[in-house]
Formats: sequence, structure tokens, C-alpha cells
Amino acid sequence: MAHVRSLDDDLEKDLHTEHQVLNMGPSHPATHGTVKFLIELDGETIIDLDIAVGYLHRGFEKECESGTWYQAIPYTDRLNYNSAILANIGYCLAVEKLLGLETPERCQWLRTLAGELARLADHLTRCGAACLELQAMTPFLYGIEARELTWDLMEMLCGARVTSNYVRIGGVKHDMAPSFPGVCRAHIAKIRPLLRDYEEVVTRNRLFVDRLRGTGMLSKEDCLRYAVTGPLLRAAGVPLDLRKDQPYLRYADVDFDVPIGEVGDNYDRYLVCVEEMQQSLRIVEQCLAHLERLGPGPVNVDDPRVRWPAKGRVFNAMEELIQQFKAVTEGPLVPAGEAYQAIESANGELGFYVVSDGSAVPCKVRCRPPSLLNLQPMPLMLRGALLADLIPTFDFINMIGGECDR
Amino acid sequence: MEDFGSPALRRLLEAHPAAVLATHAQHGDATALVDAAQVVELMRWLRDALGFEMLIDLTAVDHLGRAPRFEVVYHLYSIAHNQRLRVKAGVPESPCQIDSVAELWSSANWMEREVFDLYGIRFRNHPDLRRILLYEEFEGHPLRKDYPKERRQPLVGPRN
Repeated sequence: MAHVRSLDDDLEKDLHTEHQVLNMGPSHPATHGTVKFLIELDGETIIDLDIAVGYLHRGFEKECESGTWYQAIPYTDRLNYNSAILANIGYCLAVEKLLGLETPERCQWLRTLAGELARLADHLTRCGAACLELQAMTPFLYGIEARELTWDLMEMLCGARVTSNYVRIGGVKHDMAPSFPGVCRAHIAKIRPLLRDYEEVVTRNRLFVDRLRGTGMLSKEDCLRYAVTGPLLRAAGVPLDLRKDQPYLRYADVDFDVPIGEVGDNYDRYLVCVEEMQQSLRIVEQCLAHLERLGPGPVNVDDPRVRWPAKGRVFNAMEELIQQFKAVTEGPLVPAGEAYQAIESANGELGFYVVSDGSAVPCKVRCRPPSLLNLQPMPLMLRGALLADLIPTFDFINMIGGECDR
Repeated sequence: MEDFGSPALRRLLEAHPAAVLATHAQHGDATALVDAAQVVELMRWLRDALGFEMLIDLTAVDHLGRAPRFEVVYHLYSIAHNQRLRVKAGVPESPCQIDSVAELWSSANWMEREVFDLYGIRFRNHPDLRRILLYEEFEGHPLRKDYPKERRQPLVGPRN
């Protein structure tokens, strides 16, 4: 009978729904990072996406412009709080470039070591939290346990776990304890099996691979157009790593590989991050060996512009007392000029552009935040994808609000 | 003008001698101060002819009391040549605007929005020039040197 519609006809019919706008964030349990998405949905398919950042804007640059050059260092801790030392290092290297300072070798090895521990902690958080947000609790706990061990090492090195405030202009706060290399090796021996356990439950897990493979793709050309750097760019097949391409600190003297992906989807990003953790551990071990080879030595540059005089001299000699007084009340004078220093942070190129007018107060401290630049092409990664793909994509972009919004 | 041994500066000076106002290479960073009116044309040439495929950073500096008051600072990076170049262009206090380079590099979109937000420099032909870090109701541009740090702004309620 022609007038009776068959069930098949109904199912075949194109079910067009009205587009719906979904407001996700600024604080959503499935995202780590304070950001708001305005998502235009057709059913479960993402048509378009608008990202509202700025919820954690604290006026980092304005604050830096109202203190001395030293007083900006604790603020850099609060940029990417997963790897605070890397921001410390970036800022201090930029100011040292303006001052024309060359730090002692021991200091450079300590910074390299601390920076790699920070990178490890950052990647552990990224990979662990990604599993948590994809409803897998166990690998998250493996990751967090390994991160605790890393942060224990941080605490031993700097006295603080998260906001380390370890690096100084022209040096580091203090040398490592004599027992540090032993503890560090023991902790690495515990971190390695945790990473292996983590990879065993995740890397070939069917559910995990299905959620990650082919989602959040960003091509090499789009990465370059959007100035995307770090693991996202390497996952797209571009072997750009500033530690290799424009070596700073002691990266030219250590052996490590730069992993790259093939297609630039979330799974490639995951594989790149996991391999980078192994490489970071390799670098840490080499740093320890070099530090032991070097033996005790100065960790601060001996330059009266930035170095405080020894306490014994301050109490007994007039010149040193004056120098200490000037250093504390006025801060170091940085010659007029401008400098840009980029380092490879856990998220990509972290740059500091510093401008001095010759006074003790910075004229401009610009932080080039990898999180912000990596987040920008997110609509491109997700147009036409399912709403559920947003979660792993956002996880592997690893936007850190403190650094993105400054 | 001198190229300070930088291949990018040398080729820029050869091809566009009139558009470059000054050069320096302080601390090893090759820098060109260029004519703001030709910035898009120059940037297109730098991208296509010299292979600067990434606009790594874009920001501004407020030199209060100097003319022109603002400087927009571009940091370019070429992966193929492993080379960096800093390009600067002056922007006066009035009219406080410069051409947008968002059509050349998509990365400029949010960074120009940020400079507009914090410095109040308008980018002509920008696809979507809105505040990015601060909210619409915010008055003034806080990174200007004459914006007092202590100034309080009214709180705004939720918008939707």
C-alpha cells in the first residue's frame, strides 16, 4: 500500500535538528583549566566553537613593570604552575641576555636538571589528567604517584614543591644537597616502573585509542600558520625542539632524541609526550653525572650588579654594606635595550621579550605563552567532530590558565 | 644601514631599502624598525621570499613621552633556516592604529586582540577585534604606562 510509510523511510529521512548553543565552562569538571567554550552544536556534532579566555588574568606584565627585575621571578612561577622552573629559567635567561651575563657551568647543569624534572611533572599531569577526564582513574593515579616523586625531588632541590622560585638572575638560589644525586637516582628507579605500568594500561587500551586516534587533527601547515609549538607541532611531524635547534643552557652537551608523530592527532600527541618523559629522565641522569664530575663550585655569577655580597663581608666592610643596601632597596640596574629569549617549555616555545630603559624597573616584560597560541586553532581541530572529542583534544593541548591568561 | 651579519636583514635592506628606518642586532637579535604604513606588504615579502613561516610573537611597548608613543613588535621564526627576526613598527598616540597581519599568519588574530585589549592599538582589517583577556565593560587599557595600577573597575554580573 503506497500511502503507508515504511519504517525504513523514517529512518532514512535526514533528521535535521535546530542548532543549539552549549556553554561549557569556565569551570567544568571534565576540563583542567579555566576557560569557557561557546559550542554551536548540531545534535552531537560541533559546528563552531568560540573560546573565551582571560578568567585567570592577573596583570602579570603590569605587575612586572611595577617592581624590580628580581621581583618578577615569583610571578613567573605562577604562569605554568605545573612546570614553574621552566618559566623561571626563561625569564632569567632573558634578563641575563640584557645584562650580558654568562652563568657558571654548574649553575647551567642545575638549571637543565631542574627544568627537565619540571617538564616531566608537566607531562605526567597532562597524560594523567587526560585519562581521568576520559573516565580512567587508575592511570591517573600512576601518573600522580610519579609526579609526587618528581615534586619530592623539587622540594629537596628548591624547598618548594610547586611554585619553586629557584632560579635567580645570574644563578640559582642554592646548590643541590650532597645527597641529592642518590635520592634522585632512587626516585627515577621508582618513576620508570610507574611509567611502564601507565603505558601498559593506556597505550594499547582499545577505549583510549578509539577516543584519541583521528581526533583533534591539526596539519603541519595549520600548525605553522597558527604558530603552534611543542608536542602538538612535533606530533604533526615537524621536529622542532629549541633544545636541539637553538640550544641554551647545557642541552648541546646531552644526548636525547626528539620524538615526532605522523598525522598530528591526539594519539600522536600522547605518544610524543610519553616518549618525551623517557627522554627527560635520560637528560636528568646525564645532568647528575656531569654535576658529580664537576664537583663543588660556584652556582652564581660573580658580578656585583646582580650578586649580593657574602654576609660576613656585609657586616664588616662598608663597601659591601652599601652594595647590599642598594641591591635590596633599589634592585639591579639593567642596561637599556631589548632582548628576546625563547626556551622549549613543556607546552612549546616559551618566550620572554624584555625591554629595559636603563633603570631598576622593567619597561616591558612580555611572556609569549605557548598555551594561548596552542589553544587558538582549537575550533579548527574540532569543527565537524563530536562533542566528546573536545575533551581529549583540550587535554592534549594542555592549556594552563595561569600561563594562557597571565 | 648595517645588516650585522644577519642574512635576513641583508636581504631585507637590499629589497626594501626605503621601508627600513633603522636596524640593530643587540645581544644577537637581528631587528629592523620599519615604516608602519608598509608593514603588511613587508611582512608578506618576509613570509614568502625569506621563508618566515611562523609569526611567533606579537606585542607592543609603550614609550610614554616619545614619538611615536607605541611600538608594535613582531617576532618571526623560520624553521627551514633556523633563523629569527624582530620587526618593529611605530604607532602614534593618535590615530592609534596599524594594519593587521592576521591575513598572513592566523596566529596574529589573538595576539592582535590582546594588544588591542591591553594597549588600545587598533588593527585595521582585523577579522574580529574584540577584547580577549579583559571583559567588554572594562574601561581603559591597563598596559599603557599612564594607566594607574591601583585603579579599581566596577564589577559586572554574569552576562547570560
